[in-house]
Amino acid sequence: MSNQGAGALIDATVRPRRLARIFSRDHTVIAKQFFAMSIFFLFAGGLLALFVRWQLGFPGSAVPVPFNFLMTRTMAPGGVIAPDAFNGMFTLHATFMVYFAVLPMLVGALPNFVLPLQIGSPRMAFPTLGMLSFWLSLLGGLLMIATYFVDGGPASTGWTAYAPLAAVSHYTGSSAGQNLWILSLAILGIGLILGAANQVVTIVNHRAPGLTMFRLPLTVWSFLVTGLLVLLALPVITAAVGMLLMDRTLGTSFFVPAGLSVSGSPLAGYAGGGQPLLWQHLFWFFGHPVVYIMILPGMGVVSDVLAVFARKPLFGYRAMIYSTFAIAGLGWLVWGHHMFQSGMNPLLGTTFMASTMAIAIPSGVKVFGWLATLWRGQIRFGLPMLFALAFLLTFTVGGLSGIFMASTPVDAFIHDTYFIVGHIHYVLFGGSLFAIFAAIAYWFPKATGRMLGERLGRLHFWLTLAAFNCTFFPMHILGIGGHMRRIYDPTVYAFLRDLQPVNTFITISAITLGFAQLLLVANIFLSLKNGRRAEPNPWRAATLEWTLPSPPGDGAFAVVPEVHRWPYDYSLPNAIEDYLPQTSLHVNGTGTGTDS
Amino acid sequence: MRARLSILRSRLHSVGRWAAPPAFAVLLLLAAGTRAGAGPVADSSSHGHRWWLPAASTAVAGRIDSLFILILWITSAFLVLVVALFVAFVIRYRHREGRRAAHVTGNMLLEIVWMAVPAACLIAIAYASNGAWSAMKEEFPRESESLVIIVKPRQFQWDVVYAGADGRFETADDITAINRLDVPAGRNVIVKLMAQDVIHSFFVPQFRMKQDAVPGMTTEMWFNVPAPGTFEIACAELCGLGHYRMQGRLIVHAPAEYDAWYAGRLREKAAESANAR
Ligand code: HEM
Ligand SMILES: [Cu+2]
Ligand SMILES: [Cu+2]
Repeated sequence: MSNQGAGALIDATVRPRRLARIFSRDHTVIAKQFFAMSIFFLFAGGLLALFVRWQLGFPGSAVPVPFNFLMTRTMAPGGVIAPDAFNGMFTLHATFMVYFAVLPMLVGALPNFVLPLQIGSPRMAFPTLGMLSFWLSLLGGLLMIATYFVDGGPASTGWTAYAPLAAVSHYTGSSAGQNLWILSLAILGIGLILGAANQVVTIVNHRAPGLTMFRLPLTVWSFLVTGLLVLLALPVITAAVGMLLMDRTLGTSFFVPAGLSVSGSPLAGYAGGGQPLLWQHLFWFFGHPVVYIMILPGMGVVSDVLAVFARKPLFGYRAMIYSTFAIAGLGWLVWGHHMFQSGMNPLLGTTFMASTMAIAIPSGVKVFGWLATLWRGQIRFGLPMLFALAFLLTFTVGGLSGIFMASTPVDAFIHDTYFIVGHIHYVLFGGSLFAIFAAIAYWFPKATGRMLGERLGRLHFWLTLAAFNCTFFPMHILGIGGHMRRIYDPTVYAFLRDLQPVNTFITISAITLGFAQLLLVANIFLSLKNGRRAEPNPWRAATLEWTLPSPPGDGAFAVVPEVHRWPYDYSLPNAIEDYLPQTSLHVNGTGTGTDS
Repeated sequence: MRARLSILRSRLHSVGRWAAPPAFAVLLLLAAGTRAGAGPVADSSSHGHRWWLPAASTAVAGRIDSLFILILWITSAFLVLVVALFVAFVIRYRHREGRRAAHVTGNMLLEIVWMAVPAACLIAIAYASNGAWSAMKEEFPRESESLVIIVKPRQFQWDVVYAGADGRFETADDITAINRLDVPAGRNVIVKLMAQDVIHSFFVPQFRMKQDAVPGMTTEMWFNVPAPGTFEIACAELCGLGHYRMQGRLIVHAPAEYDAWYAGRLREKAAESANAR
């Protein structure tokens, strides 16, 4: 346990020790718990995606044998996934991935481990909040898993839960499932808010002496901005799902207009007067910032990994910081780009188009800044670097495809088609997830004292990269062909029939992609057991965590380090080494950290 | 010359070493995909084998396509630029013993350029977009000079309503249809969408048009199809378990043919109400 003082004393005396270890307030333990949770949901969500893909690639064929164990008889009569089960599966897929895999990884696992180490703090500001944030998130996750098994099936209204489809249970038949979905998100939201508060306060209050704001690595900057976004965005969704739950259970009509019918007869039990579009405004006012919550930490990590492996200062450090703030700030002004075709006033469409175009500019600043970081570098292709480089390209594709949809008339065609699905996955899989893979490879030695296996890692990387592109690039082609998203059987439509081979190809690629991820897990376990022992600073990086032994152990920063420089002093012409740790006072010094 | 060639060769070789695995994987996947996909589409109908935009059937659709192509060119140029620089840097600046990276921290001029150039492109795209957007969604043809049809989608069908002989809606002589929309060619058609239960979205791929139908409010779209033809109407907004099969047909008749069709429906309606009386 790394925290001192009264808190720890109370722990030791009042609680049994076992419980204290499970409900740990130690940020590294919390990080590991979040990590395990996130990986679990990544695989659960991935499996669901493969079921969805199976139906789309091979409509009407039974789910193949070893994988049909998750299909109940009502879900898949005769082994073929039923339409309502299909809707439940893509809903749970996105819900798992967004809320329970990527967010817990980027707002839970990563900051809890990396943040204190990079700012030279022995602990996070609020250990109890940290502990609560994990357990609330996990509780939310367990509730979400439970929705799969309740009567009426899981929520089947997409991760966006548009009203009135999601507000009135007659419309989907999922009653308890959708209610639990709401409850689960509300609980997760509270958990993430606590974690974000912890993260922001830690950065503001717990930096080592000498570590001024403009000496923070980009990773820490992005944790700061992400934390602020979580604090502002998550309350919105928590309130909105609260209203949705009241519509569902108490008969309020926030999102339910008058005069609705159910299969031809009037809907009873609602006063009406609500606004379906209100839900969309609330959801996307949260939903757009949340996509930046999912990309900014990755951008931070990639910025640092590129600098370390190119042995160069990050190009345009200040511009990188300001563009992070610009993206986060503009991110509040663009939510309407999800609603161009929703019936919102078309004049608003024009404004939201303008703000959305504007947000592409700071994104461009980042891409060009990363490229310029490579320029005249000495690039080593370590595992973290491979993923960071891949991120650079895939994020570029995702950002550029965003511009198509930002154009209001073009969006009239590609909105709610597979073009969007392609965009989402280039930014979230090729973006957030590739950055997470880079982060895993980068900090694995620090966290475990072992290097992540290079050979298996490379195999995983290349397979993932190839299968990723084969899976998600053709989705743009489907979208251009007009292929709607969230449809159970594309062969119903004559205009989609020619595209079916593309669907089949995507499904095969997706299966490859899914199985390739097993290599990562295998690599993690094998490396934990037999991996090469890690030196304190295997990447020869300048930030503070690398002045500690690997793993840092209990006494991390027991001696508070003193910081003398920014984190990007790579390849200084007059220095002996090609990097200077942030703790090193003189250009020719070797550092004053706790380096062993 | 020869020396330069051999340098090039060795460079290519070292690139090849780490490019070979992905290239191989891509080939493998491609092979698997085409094999698996070959079966079920043998009977692909008159559409031809098109993996691109469906044929554009209205003037607005043509405008949207030109915009799409414009954005495609601009974004492709950026992508090519980024990829070219990326490949060049990754090869040129890979680690070699005895070399040291340049300690460059930034360059104000470069940073201004790479904000200004994309900004100019984005402004151009937005400007070009806004014209088409106004034409689609703001500058509606006058109702008195158009055919107005009300479409009331519900789980999972399109209820279609035409004004009857009195030229008004919500009267006894309204003409109704399900999942079938008949319109004349060459005339402005305004569709008023009034969802009865959840949100649906009226989508005709060949028109490049999509408009959500929201319960509690009326949304509108308009189109003018110059030539007769038959199109599929798809629901583009998730609306429940039958969302995928919420399909309609849009039939564009030659004007005279449409008038005959409409007159026929009027007669039927009159006979119906006479019988009921
Ligand atoms: C240059 C940057 C970007 C632009 C211009 C952009 C633009 C857009 C637009 C206009 C839409 C709505 C499309 C529609 O529904 O018709 C959209 C959807 C979406 N974007 Fe982006 N985007 C950008 C970056 C990102 C990033 C960085 C992420 C996340 C990491 C992201 C995640 C998403 C998601 C998840 C959706 C789909 C939501 C849904 O309907 O389910 N985008 N984007
Ligand atoms: Cu957005
Ligand atoms: Cu529908």
